[in-house]
Amino acid sequence: MTIHNLYIFSKTGTLLYYAEWNRLNKSGITKEEEAKLMYGMLFSIKSFVSKISPLDSKEGFMCYKTSKYTLHYFETPSGLKFVLNTDNASQNARELLQQLYREVYLEYVVKNPLCRLNEPIQSELFKIKVDELFKKSPLFLSRSL
Amino acid sequence: MTFGLYAETPSSLSVNKVYVYNITVQVVRTRYIHTSSRQLVARRATGPIVNMSRTGTKLDAKKVNSELFTLTYGSLVAQLLQDYENVEDVNKQLERMGYNIGIRLIEDFLARTGSGRCYDFRDTAEKIQSGFKIFLGITPSITNWSPAGDEFSLCFETNPLTEFVELPDNYSSLKYCNVLPGVLRGACEMVQMEVACWFVQDQLKNDNVTELRVKFVKRLEDAIPAGED
Repeated sequence: MTIHNLYIFSKTGTLLYYAEWNRLNKSGITKEEEAKLMYGMLFSIKSFVSKISPLDSKEGFMCYKTSKYTLHYFETPSGLKFVLNTDNASQNARELLQQLYREVYLEYVVKNPLCRLNEPIQSELFKIKVDELFKKSPLFLSRSL
Repeated sequence: MTFGLYAETPSSLSVNKVYVYNITVQVVRTRYIHTSSRQLVARRATGPIVNMSRTGTKLDAKKVNSELFTLTYGSLVAQLLQDYENVEDVNKQLERMGYNIGIRLIEDFLARTGSGRCYDFRDTAEKIQSGFKIFLGITPSITNWSPAGDEFSLCFETNPLTEFVELPDNYSSLKYCNVLPGVLRGACEMVQMEVACWFVQDQLKNDNVTELRVKFVKRLEDAIPAGED
């Protein structure tokens, strides 16, 4: 099992944080462009899912899967968006994202008055804690693909 | 009376900064003066516990004695009264500070309760009620629904913010607890809801209960990504 990379978006679509661990394929565009592309796609999928759904769904879009990787999506009611790419064998990645929100984002961004909301996160402590959380997760087993 | 609050900011690891806020407490005529020390001890033993929600790495909330919170808030109001002189400005500042607290506090609430978006305004009312339970240790009652279901009141029998407080006569227009409407407005705005909030009754002004009115204004739309220029 492998974790590839992580995006955190604010409710207005600003890329708050990006981190990668095992990423072999580079997109070939700048990080900013990639983030815009990613956010645009997520936004489209979300509205597509809610329009096309035959039932009234509460959660909406949760993940998609290709032959090589799975994208897990977790959005809080306040509009924060956590996006995690893992391989297809990874289970419970959503729980990991919720844990990231609860134990890292809340503690080291929201409760840090010097971290402005809706701006890219600069805090070193936040970076360290994100890294710690993912590396101790059972999903994180770095092996070359 | 002077005391300091020490807060360690986790923003950088290399420099271990310690910020010291010196707050001079001059609570608007506190009842402390009239209370004997034995009564104080009794109060301390029974007083509600306020959650100031600095949890560190553990998830279970660290509890804070509500008296410290009450007095810190009192000193804040007293300081504002000194700084602004005009009571209307103080009301406005308190609301603004509440708003800034609310937009962060909502994340704490959501992470703690794991609740989703509200189905209707009654759902919202219950969530606000549980928020008061979590953060202030009190459960206000939800009453006086408007026929359209877009307005309700929160009634507080006890309010940790106003313990030991009496309003002097010349401050009768001061809305002492005006952070609370601000917190509600800020928190609701973050979950795409615009609400208006105000006090209709106040125990500090010799009403039986403190009544906070909440009115649903409109639902805010989700942000659309910025288009390519």
